[in-house]
Amino acid sequence: MQYQSQAVAKLYFTAAIGLFAGQILFGLILGLQYVVGDFLFPAIPFNVARMVHTNLLIVWILFGFMGAAYYLVPEEAERELHSPGLAVLMFWVFLVAGALTILGYLLVPYSGLAQMTGNDLLPTMGREFLEQPTITKIGIVIVALAFLYNIGMTILSGRKTVVNLVLLIGLTGLAVLFLFAFYNPDNLVKDKFYWWWVVHLWVEGVWELILGSILAFVLIKTTGVDREVIEKWLYVIIAMTLITGIIGTGHHYYWIGTPEYWQWWGSVFSALEPIPFFMMTVFAFNMVNRRRRNHPNKAAVLWALGTAVMAFLGAGVWGFLHTLAPVNYYTHGSQITAAHGHMAFYGAYAMIVLTIISYAMPMMRGRKAANSNRSQVLEMWSFWLMTVSMVFITLFLTGAGILQVYLQRYSDNPLPFMVVQEKIALFYWLREVTGLVFLIGLVLYIASFFVGSKDPEVAVEQAASPTA
Amino acid sequence: MSEAFTKAMARNIFYGGSLFFLLLFLALTFDTEGALPDRDNRQAITEKVAMGKRLWEVNNCIGCHTLLGEGAYFAPELGNAYKRLGGKAGIIGFIKSRPKDGIPGRRSMPQFNFTDEELDAIAEFLKYTSEINTANWPPNIQG
Ligand code: HEM
Ligand code: HEM
Ligand SMILES: [Fe+2]
Repeated sequence: MQYQSQAVAKLYFTAAIGLFAGQILFGLILGLQYVVGDFLFPAIPFNVARMVHTNLLIVWILFGFMGAAYYLVPEEAERELHSPGLAVLMFWVFLVAGALTILGYLLVPYSGLAQMTGNDLLPTMGREFLEQPTITKIGIVIVALAFLYNIGMTILSGRKTVVNLVLLIGLTGLAVLFLFAFYNPDNLVKDKFYWWWVVHLWVEGVWELILGSILAFVLIKTTGVDREVIEKWLYVIIAMTLITGIIGTGHHYYWIGTPEYWQWWGSVFSALEPIPFFMMTVFAFNMVNRRRRNHPNKAAVLWALGTAVMAFLGAGVWGFLHTLAPVNYYTHGSQITAAHGHMAFYGAYAMIVLTIISYAMPMMRGRKAANSNRSQVLEMWSFWLMTVSMVFITLFLTGAGILQVYLQRYSDNPLPFMVVQEKIALFYWLREVTGLVFLIGLVLYIASFFVGSKDPEVAVEQAASPTA
Repeated sequence: MSEAFTKAMARNIFYGGSLFFLLLFLALTFDTEGALPDRDNRQAITEKVAMGKRLWEVNNCIGCHTLLGEGAYFAPELGNAYKRLGGKAGIIGFIKSRPKDGIPGRRSMPQFNFTDEELDAIAEFLKYTSEINTANWPPNIQG
């Protein structure tokens, strides 16, 4: 750690990990409710648990992005953060607002929460992923503005690197697009149309810029490859992201009342969206192969490579699987969607946050560059357990999805939804058991922060013999 | 990547390409806004329908169901519920008759204790939704 103020990232990362654990617990509740329908009913109905699961996901990823920015922006800009105090203040504002919102979901019936928080004045609640009360949304905007101001000032008055610039563009886009969460017309088609400007243009647009810049930063640091080379790759990757991803939004405009030409625009452009993800994989492996140093933090390099591969599989391959309009006609809103959503979110955004945490946390906890061997080995075990179980969760949901689509939508005698759900329950059981393995991986991950923390650090620095 | 392809070229592709496709997207959006009145059944949006949409939202129905294929996958698609359940009466009857403590062992829908007016509004909203032109989706009545 080169600058004192980078240390505020530690708060953000710690909160991210805590909320991640909460997310997984609620995922397991959901998974059980899929097969034991009355589990926790009516105390915690499925929709409530689902809101908690997905909102915790979004919030911990946002904590991770902000932590990543507070850590890497000063180092790239070669100066202290503009205002560490503001960063700490905003941390507590965000954490308290987030905690109150989750408690609101769990303790008050949702319609009561809507009433308490004055949803009638500016109705924004009750749409997927955007369930937060309007005042929470306003809070998010305030936190985002303060955050952008803080890192913006740091970047503008320091060394300007491509990593910082791309990160700033991505984060600004994130904040600007979120404003569409406040647009909720009575016209359902228009509501849906602009809802995707938040959801799609986040995960298949500006978030990829954030992903790319964090990945580039970690690769610069761990491989020692020339910054010029890495920055060129970064530009090409994010160029492909926005060139394909913006019009690619059309893959959500096939069946929601929008004109049918979107079937062409959406299919063609979104079919190209895997390209930037594929390039990211080639990029990461290339840089590691051409490394000029063997960084002692092997776990961080593993996370970085893992992110590139899993993002490509989850977003690129599983996204392509159902993105062409004639396929999507049958798979739209099925377990195939859930399968893709899980691997893509985990592979791209959960894993990039775990990557930067893995890289930065040892230094913020007083190490020179890396954790002890024991701690790293445990962390790498957790990497494999979580990642492999996510692959299997995806495969089981895909199996469920194929059967669901066939039985409910494709066969000559389409069966009712609930009848089909019972027929495919085996896959849901398998998903739930695999989810328990994921939880074990997460427990080991958290344990890796405590195990071997008194052991000596992995020996620093042997020069590498580049293989390329 | 080859040496002849410089970082400045990559940067220009990023800015130029993104700007071009952003503008194209905005143009398509503009065109879509113009085409929507013929497809989105807006003439059917009454006070009642708007009230129904609000009730749909503040009870977080999307947390279990899909609507036009978007939402959660725990419970049936409702974009065509008006047709599948046999009109407004079918919808109202179903929502009203949910047992307070659920159905043992099965996925159950909560009892929301709606008033008659609220039930009517929700049914109107689902009727309006079922008449949006969705390019023939879902493939069949099962949703
Ligand atoms: C990291 C990037 C990505 C993430 C995090 C992600 C996540 C998601 C999520 C959560 C959904 C479900 C949305 C809902 O609840 O309605 C979804 C839907 C979808 N995604 Fe992605 N996605 C990513 C990239 C991609 C890519 C690159 C493609 C195409 C190649 C793609 C194709 C689709 C399609 C077609 C749907 C709609 C599924 C349906 O009709 O039900 N996604 N995505
Ligand atoms: C490990 C155990 C997990 C289990 C058992 C689980 C289970 C579930 C279930 C049952 C749903 C609701 C599906 C529906 O609407 O019917 C869901 C939604 C979702 N979960 Fe998980 N989950 C787990 C982990 C994760 C992880 C690690 C991530 C991402 C990092 C994640 C991201 C999501 C997303 C994005 C959705 C919304 C999907 C969509 O709208 O298509 N989950 N999860
Ligand atoms: Fe998308």
